[in-house]
Amino acid sequence: MSAAPVPPLPASAEAGTATATATATATPTATATATATATATATLTPGPRPVELRLLLTPPPARRAWRLVLARAGAMCMVELQKLRHDRTELYTRAVQPALWLLIFGETFTRIHAIPTGGIPYLDYLAPGIIAQSAMFIAIFYGIMIIWERDSGVLTKLLVTPTPRAALVTGKAFAAGVKSVIQALVVVVIAALLGVALTWNPLRLLGVAVIVVLGSAFFSCLSMTIAGIVLTRDRLMGIGQAITMPLFFGSNALYPVAVMPGWLQAVSKANPLSYEVDALRGLLLGIHAHLALDFGVLAVAAAVGVTTASLLLGRLAK
Amino acid sequence: MTTPPAAGPADPDATVDADPNAAPAPQPDTAPNVAANPQPRTAPDATPDVRLDEPAVRCTDLSYSFGDTRAVDGLNLEVAQGEIFGLLGPNGAGKTTAIRAITTLLPVPAGKISVFGLDCARKRMQVRRVLGYVPQQLSADSGLTGRENVDLFARVFDVPRSERRARVDEALTAVDLTEAAGRLAGTYSGGMVRRLELAQALVSAPRLLILDEPTIGLDPLARASVWDCISQVRAGTGMTVLVTTHYMDEADEHCNRLALMHRGRIRAMGAPGDLRADLAAQLGADPARVSLEDVFRHHAGSGLTGADHEGGDFRDVRRTRSTAARLR
Ligand SMILES: Nc1ncnc2c1ncn2[C@@H]1O[C@H](COP(=O)(O)OP(=O)(O)OP(=O)(O)O)[C@@H](O)[C@H]1O
Ligand SMILES: [Mg+2]
Repeated sequence: MSAAPVPPLPASAEAGTATATATATATPTATATATATATATATLTPGPRPVELRLLLTPPPARRAWRLVLARAGAMCMVELQKLRHDRTELYTRAVQPALWLLIFGETFTRIHAIPTGGIPYLDYLAPGIIAQSAMFIAIFYGIMIIWERDSGVLTKLLVTPTPRAALVTGKAFAAGVKSVIQALVVVVIAALLGVALTWNPLRLLGVAVIVVLGSAFFSCLSMTIAGIVLTRDRLMGIGQAITMPLFFGSNALYPVAVMPGWLQAVSKANPLSYEVDALRGLLLGIHAHLALDFGVLAVAAAVGVTTASLLLGRLAK
Repeated sequence: MTTPPAAGPADPDATVDADPNAAPAPQPDTAPNVAANPQPRTAPDATPDVRLDEPAVRCTDLSYSFGDTRAVDGLNLEVAQGEIFGLLGPNGAGKTTAIRAITTLLPVPAGKISVFGLDCARKRMQVRRVLGYVPQQLSADSGLTGRENVDLFARVFDVPRSERRARVDEALTAVDLTEAAGRLAGTYSGGMVRRLELAQALVSAPRLLILDEPTIGLDPLARASVWDCISQVRAGTGMTVLVTTHYMDEADEHCNRLALMHRGRIRAMGAPGDLRADLAAQLGADPARVSLEDVFRHHAGSGLTGADHEGGDFRDVRRTRSTAARLR
């Protein structure tokens, strides 16, 4: 056990500084025992397996304010990417639905010319709507996931770390964004394969990523907010099903606002998904869009979502 | 939107690391080795204002109810720094509720709980920085590898990037999971998951490790290995451990002091040997024949027979008699 595969710390220089910080932070804090052991590498005598502890004697320094929030968001996104690396099936299964939408609905309606799209093929018109839809489906799933994490103890443990609830929710929201962006990429590729003339301008694609992240942040917070209200997975599943379809059909994802009846136009105006779709159309197809308004609405919606979801997160801890 | 009942704007959690050091940190006169270190680091936020002259945990008349269920009912508890303190009690005694209150998961009024002198209601972030917590249910993320599970906790405790890998390695080595670190936690056995959770808790070098039934559902060997990890790390770091268990042999062997909880209150407290000796003296029995289980039965009663609902003196007499009868 002596040759533990720990990357060897430079015995002199770095161990020296480690000990120095140990005593420094220990000054107001450590128990007598800890200080005593901190001065040298602690080798434990009892038990069959002596363990060397060096770094684990010193609490890490705290990050503060926005750097803390950024670090938490980074940590949550990292978890998402790691999970995707271990198991990509979700990425593929979630690509089936958008592919079918584009292939069947898109191709058919392109032929019928039933929907006024302002001169572009309906398939092209539909593609940004389907990207937004698949991103929304992923984000809506986050409420269910957070309840699952509560039930399995993962969330409980995170709530006992120095992570303010707002930072935790922000982290989750960004993680949803990262996952949605990856999913959006898949749909973009499918659309391109079906012959949709999308932009490949990197700046515009960056804009697409920003819009998708903001939209997913909002929808994940919406579902985490509902999770904080209903508290059980079964209820949330029902509600999740009940809201995703109206959100989708009550937006401009499938048809322009102009062809909707008045009441549906009002719904669509209040629906952040419409703004997301509008921005994606503008960025991906280069048609006229209200980019500044879309961005503003989505940013505000995401901020409001983070706030309400963090206020309700405590209910999940009880 | 409905008004959030849980957290109002006054929720200290809403702010980031609420005011670490508005007032200068109380300098206990016991401050050690200032001389040894000529340049004490002046980053006040780096270290919570942990007090040396305060117990690791102090609960003062703590109560908590779920609706009509009074889960914790006037709990008074002090855990000294550096000890392994065991919280025992029958199912539903309120152990987990008490622990969740201490870990800042449940909202409690200010002044009820302090951890190293930090009030759990007022200084949540600072309290969390000194806590390592392993909940009752197995809680590793099954979709991540062992290393990634520990790495996540290194990140959320702000371990600097330069140190992260080495620290995670050290934590994994301490719980003997180096070889399995690359496997998904979903493939781990119960004992391995528990040790992984210990590594997650240890990576931030907590001063207080809180373990809620760390050996629940484990085979005897896995139980022993979990306790090995706990005692080795405790010996190496001098951290305080607060643990609950239903295994009397574990409590007897590993805990410096025990509290026996029943219906939300402490019924007996002391070193395992003292608890046994006290009961033996009370019954006039041979101390060698009194086990911790007898102590447990004596104080927790047999809740099913209804004897527990009889009040006052009569119950005490009856209880003493029945314990004595068992030991005869
Ligand atoms: N979330 C909750 N909602 C309602 N009641 C609860 C909740 N959690 C605990 N209780 C109740 O509070 C009481 C104390 O429960 P607690 O989990 O603290 O006991 P415990 O001592 O940890 O028991 P065990 O040994 O079974 O883990 C029980 O009567 C339990 O039913
Ligand atoms: Mg419990």
